[in-house]
Amino acid sequence: MSAPALNYSLLAPILVILGGAVIGVLIEAFAKSTSRTALQKTIAFGSIILAFAQVWRVHNQSSASVAVKSVVIDGPALFMQGTILLLAFFALFLISDIDNFTAQASAVPGSEEERSALQTGRQQTEVFPLTLFAVAGMMLFPAASDLITLFVALEVLSLPLYLMAGLSRRRRLFSQEAALKYFLLGAYSSAFFLFGAAFLYGYSGSITFEGIRASIVDSPQNQIFLLIGMTFLAIGLLFKVGAAPFHAWTPDVYQGAPTPITAFMAAATKVAAFGAMLRIFYVVLGNANWNWRPMLNVIAILTMIVGSVIAIAQRDVKRMLAYSSIAHAGFLLTGVIALNKHGLEASLFYLVAYGFTTLGAFGVVTLIRDSSGEITDLNRWAGLGKRSPKIAALFSFFLLAFAGIPLTSGFIGKFSIFSAAYESNNIAVVVAGVLSSAIAAFFYIRVIVAMYFTDAHDDTVSVVIPSRLTSLTIWFAGLVTLILGVYPTPLLNQIEKIATFIH
Amino acid sequence: MTLTIIGALPLLGALLIGTVKKEQTTVVKQMALLTSILTAVAFAITAMRFEVDRPGFQFVESHSWLPTFGINYALGLDGISLILILMSVLLVPVVIVAGWHESEGGRWSAKTFYILILILETMMIGVFAATDVFLFYVFFEAMLIPVYFLIGGYGVGERSQAAIKFLLYSLFGGLLMLASIIGIYVISGNQIGHTFDIDKLATLQIDSLTQNFLFLGFFIAFAIKAPLWPLHTWLPDAAKSATPGTSVLLLGVLDKVGTFGMIRYCIKLFPDASKTFTPMIITLSVISILYGAFLAIGQKDIKGLIAFTSISHFGFITLGIFAMTTQGNSGATLYMFNHGFSTAALFILAGYMMRRRNSSTIADFGGLQRVTPILAWTFFIAGLSSLALPGLSSFVSEFLVLVGTYTRYPVAAILGTFGIILAALYILIPVQKALHGPTTAGNEYLPDLTRREKIAIAPVIAIIIALGFYPKPALDVINPTSVTTITDAGFSDPAPTGGK
Repeated sequence: MSAPALNYSLLAPILVILGGAVIGVLIEAFAKSTSRTALQKTIAFGSIILAFAQVWRVHNQSSASVAVKSVVIDGPALFMQGTILLLAFFALFLISDIDNFTAQASAVPGSEEERSALQTGRQQTEVFPLTLFAVAGMMLFPAASDLITLFVALEVLSLPLYLMAGLSRRRRLFSQEAALKYFLLGAYSSAFFLFGAAFLYGYSGSITFEGIRASIVDSPQNQIFLLIGMTFLAIGLLFKVGAAPFHAWTPDVYQGAPTPITAFMAAATKVAAFGAMLRIFYVVLGNANWNWRPMLNVIAILTMIVGSVIAIAQRDVKRMLAYSSIAHAGFLLTGVIALNKHGLEASLFYLVAYGFTTLGAFGVVTLIRDSSGEITDLNRWAGLGKRSPKIAALFSFFLLAFAGIPLTSGFIGKFSIFSAAYESNNIAVVVAGVLSSAIAAFFYIRVIVAMYFTDAHDDTVSVVIPSRLTSLTIWFAGLVTLILGVYPTPLLNQIEKIATFIH
Repeated sequence: MTLTIIGALPLLGALLIGTVKKEQTTVVKQMALLTSILTAVAFAITAMRFEVDRPGFQFVESHSWLPTFGINYALGLDGISLILILMSVLLVPVVIVAGWHESEGGRWSAKTFYILILILETMMIGVFAATDVFLFYVFFEAMLIPVYFLIGGYGVGERSQAAIKFLLYSLFGGLLMLASIIGIYVISGNQIGHTFDIDKLATLQIDSLTQNFLFLGFFIAFAIKAPLWPLHTWLPDAAKSATPGTSVLLLGVLDKVGTFGMIRYCIKLFPDASKTFTPMIITLSVISILYGAFLAIGQKDIKGLIAFTSISHFGFITLGIFAMTTQGNSGATLYMFNHGFSTAALFILAGYMMRRRNSSTIADFGGLQRVTPILAWTFFIAGLSSLALPGLSSFVSEFLVLVGTYTRYPVAAILGTFGIILAALYILIPVQKALHGPTTAGNEYLPDLTRREKIAIAPVIAIIIALGFYPKPALDVINPTSVTTITDAGFSDPAPTGGK
């Protein structure tokens, strides 16, 4: 048997990132601590730019057998890889503010070791290679075309994230608790995922997407294996996107993780997970849609309602944004259920729009601080509009985009995704989506009220002067949110051109 | 291009004001006033060129905006939108002059206040001029934001609660409408290719069940805006909290988007569903007329009084619209225009009174007739216009609405007539008790209207009187559009019943 043929050209984007990550690990081990941060940043940004250039280079190519039958590179896959890279690039701007991360993650919180690491300034920088590993996993996830690769990608993206969630410098125990919760629940969902994969293999006798797809078309027998397989596979994926009732980790992790990591996770993981989900439900299980559509319908509606209703009760900005991300996962699921070309296009657009808005919103959260660190208690955000009108205005703009007010990207996203759902005659989902948007508007507006219409009763909170990179991220996110709201045509045209899965 | 340029003028003014320093309030105010006057003049000149007898939209412009969804940036004028934009652009300068000091009690600077007002003006022009349903929706939703900040930032009392209530009600309605817009968009895609062009959408064949649902999405949004009983509960709060100037724009212009939408979108796009729901809507309108009037009688707060009279008046407008007769329709349209001015007069004068007395309780204004005769007289005229006294503008429109309704729904018309009697009560009782009564302690030395205040109110009173005696120019503009609306929807006026 000869060695499998690999199409290195098309794999290049992923390989570049993985290479960068490995170099990052070596730097962590061998470089002097004084030059480490600078080196890590160079490597991280360099490999992301290089990878993006690679994506650009191959953007017109496609192949279903990039690595035998394990990886498929087509329009949607490349689009999502590009999106993930862009989001990661700007998330890295936030992460570059290394003060948010613990100096030595292995030191016990509150110990002598921790203090000495802080005092001597021996800052560890493993967050950069970890980010790169996660990015590589995210890029592979929507391009995977067999169950094993899919699982490997899932783990490659998840494991670094578990660690990164626990890296916060302030409130370390809280952060570690979040990491542990995330890890345990993530491992649990991976088990579901594997269980489902095994049943799908049992059903079709194949682990490739192509093989499973073919056996769904051919044989109507053995439906029970198919049903079990896709249910459990779906649970694994739904966990990753934070859909109800598998959303319980989201608020805790979003709140506990260092905010730059939350931003990265919320924006980029969603793209990757929905990318994989779209491929699986559109391509692999598309012909069995009678079986999974009703189930996903219920989950989508439940997710929208749970996300927006529970968000009302939140008094913490990060938790509120977490629940809002759950609601948005519900909106995105309507794009999966739509199962038509418009649904795919709308989902892709929505992911880009939502990703940047999320990045911007969490970017703002990193700026609101007092002497002990970030302030996420909404009551203490009161009067922010008076003290730093620009930041408050930007944050309000992001919130309006989340709420889907016209002239923001969120509105175009919502419109296109709901019209795709309506097109597939799924009117119940549209109505539920519209109603939960109305509920959601309430808590977004409440934050605006707190910032503008409530007088500050707490003078300790201040907006730190953002570092140049952070403010660049926030303003860029604001710009994208505005442009995609006013004139999204170029992006929509591009998406229309590429939005076809090959199989 | 004409409409775009006119619509962009206030926005341009807002941008220019943005460059001025916050402390230079007078400069800011002058710039805002100048911009709004320029806009009004520019639009008035355009309106002269409007050809009354030509059917369809005029001054049409259309550019592809989001071709992926078949969305155009498309504007145009018909009789109804012409008259409503005219009302809007006339009211803005009046509001600016009348509320010269209005921005001073606010959370933020005067600069922000006038920027918000001018942005709002651009959106008001856009919302009436849009001939693309999507574009209309964009303006419809986006205009909530400046109003929200105007109420919440510059109002009085529980201003932020009132602002939230306003925003949430409106957003809720707007989202229901969005669902319907998506629905009609998908249907258009199946039948004639994706489009949002109002004229093309009107040709769709939609089965009656779908039509009913889509109609309701639009109608509920508009009924919240208008506001129709029982969806009116946000209005009194908003009106009580907002500054008088904001209230004028809110009740005078923004709420008209609701009734305008019923004509332009509900009836035009869903004629069959409109027919189905007419009995229900007529009933709600009659309830609104009577309910608003009864509650107005009981109001102790002058702003609350005006808010409830407006609910009653909006009842008349929806009654006229859904009577589905040309008289009712043109009466309702004229009513929108007239109500804009009579409400403006009431709110502006109430604002003058409240500024002098620092109170909005009606009983506090005792004896103003003796102390400040000009203020009292103008308020009296505005009040008479509100109760539709013959010779003042509202009479013509109310009469047309009732006649138009009577030919098809005599019972509703008769019940509606009681609204007129109640109107006499809710206007005359406060006028008699407060203005004509004994002078309340503290009122003895109140100053009468200043020159600025007179300049602001004079054109409003002039329009009220002029259109009362000679409504023909307005009706000439409105009538052809009303006839088209009614006939396109498949209705014909019932034969006069007298000859039977």
